[in-house]
Amino acid sequence: MSGFDTTQPAIFTPRSGPLSRTVDWVIRHPRMFVFLMVLPITLWLGIVYIGALIALLIQSFFSIDEFSGIVVREFTFKTYGELLRPYNLDIILRTVSMAAAVTIAAAVLAFPIAYFAARYAKGKWKALFYIGVMLPLWSSYLVKVYAWKLVLAKEGILTWLFAKLHLTWLLDGLLSLPVIGGNSLSVSYTGTFLVFLYIWLPYMIIPVQASLERVPGALLEAASDLGATPRQSFRMVLFPLALPGIIAGSIFTFSLTLGDYIVPQIVGNSRLFIGQAVYTQQGTAGNIPLAAAFTVVPIVIMGIYLWGARKMGAFDAL
Amino acid sequence: MHSNTRAPLGLKFAAIGGLIFLLAPIALIFVYAFTTEEKSFQWPPPGLTTKWIGVTLGRADVWEALALSLKVAAISTTLALILGTLTAAAVARSRFFGRETISLLVILPIALPGIITGISLRSAFSLLDIPFSTWTIVLGHATFCIVIVYNNAVARFRRTSGALVDAAMDLGADGVQTFVLVILPNIATALLAGGMLAFALSFDEVIVTTFTAGNQTTLPIWMLEELVRPRQRPVTNVVAMAVVIVTVLPILAAYYLTRDGEHTAGSDK
Repeated sequence: MSGFDTTQPAIFTPRSGPLSRTVDWVIRHPRMFVFLMVLPITLWLGIVYIGALIALLIQSFFSIDEFSGIVVREFTFKTYGELLRPYNLDIILRTVSMAAAVTIAAAVLAFPIAYFAARYAKGKWKALFYIGVMLPLWSSYLVKVYAWKLVLAKEGILTWLFAKLHLTWLLDGLLSLPVIGGNSLSVSYTGTFLVFLYIWLPYMIIPVQASLERVPGALLEAASDLGATPRQSFRMVLFPLALPGIIAGSIFTFSLTLGDYIVPQIVGNSRLFIGQAVYTQQGTAGNIPLAAAFTVVPIVIMGIYLWGARKMGAFDAL
Repeated sequence: MHSNTRAPLGLKFAAIGGLIFLLAPIALIFVYAFTTEEKSFQWPPPGLTTKWIGVTLGRADVWEALALSLKVAAISTTLALILGTLTAAAVARSRFFGRETISLLVILPIALPGIITGISLRSAFSLLDIPFSTWTIVLGHATFCIVIVYNNAVARFRRTSGALVDAAMDLGADGVQTFVLVILPNIATALLAGGMLAFALSFDEVIVTTFTAGNQTTLPIWMLEELVRPRQRPVTNVVAMAVVIVTVLPILAAYYLTRDGEHTAGSDK
């Protein structure tokens, strides 16, 4: 085009080419434009995915005929009642206690790492801490589980380390304890706990470090100038300010542990966790209603958890 | 916050101890890849050898699993890029009925435990009579990859001024030209970051895959089978090492490219 021709109307003549013409038409009809943009996602997520999800949840209100093994399509709370049987209740309690233990341990372990990285690390150390968190976070999930199989093996490095330090009695003592012990570390709750802790720890460190980086250093100096002992300034200044970060991290560690079924299958004893229960009920056992009822448990627990976390302002720290 | 004083000794020990806990297991994989021991996870290794690297390179099943994983990751990332960008553009640029619902819908597949997404998709596939194939794996992966692209793109769309689009159109660009010459250059880096994250997530996914793959074996499924029933420990060691190397290099690159205070793409996984 060369300059403006004021004698022509400001509206351009229709363009040639079917593609350009169609695009122009769509742009002139904003409602159509938006409709076309969200159509694929609505079809896939809104109808297929949500539909399947709802179908699954509806099945939890069906029950299974104990003799024929056929699903009875009648509304009942019987399947939810089955969740309260001692065996199934144990599965739920075991999973929730594991998730709680992993979350608390992750918070305790993450805090010094995050605090050091945020406040003191510089130069080479800063790089090392960055890689130290990012590498385990980004490494393949199964490779991490595999690495722990190497660590926890009976003939592996941990047993060797205990022997070198003349602490074999300590390891044996730990393994002979009633609940957390077992034949070897790789078939005990301690082993399952360690693997969970390792895999989800970076998800705790990152939000805690983010919240600590926002704490002005002057605040801590002011606390100690005003006579607070290090313990007091931790309890009254640092910890409350880091709390939203810890809660944000706990959402990850807690929910990821609740839903996992691979770690307890590979490292642990044969007692089931919720994820494994779902897997066996829908697969080999063929009891889809019970599997569906089991999947509702983590959804409800996380719903309550997120509601509480939101009240404590955790979402601002993400 | 940053301090010029020295860290208390206890804190330093705790932090370094934590760092060792995070890095030692991964370092261990590198040692085991060269061990001569075949039947157990014996430590310390009785001897070192490089012959297992050659053995692994000659294994057809490993190559096939790798090829399938790369193929699935590439296709689902492409799908996620298209769907995620479209949705992000709609949500960021206009108000319409169901807008809030859509932004929640996109997050759901990653917010719910993978096992729930897996079972739902499996029952959807059997309900729709879709046989398990590479494409069912791709659909499963795309479902949770969309949110990664969407998150990156929606943030960028919000920061890009809508006046740019209006200006392009006023100057006579048609819809296609506006998209290629104005919108795409503006969102390109966000799409690149989102695409890389989605690719990595898909490449490593195992839980949803166990429900949506028939007899197909992706690399994570191969690893899982090897973990549940170890058959060839030395080969698994080498594969594990290779996977770690593939993940380390982008992290190092990202660190050196963005260490001047830039926000890294990976820091918000």
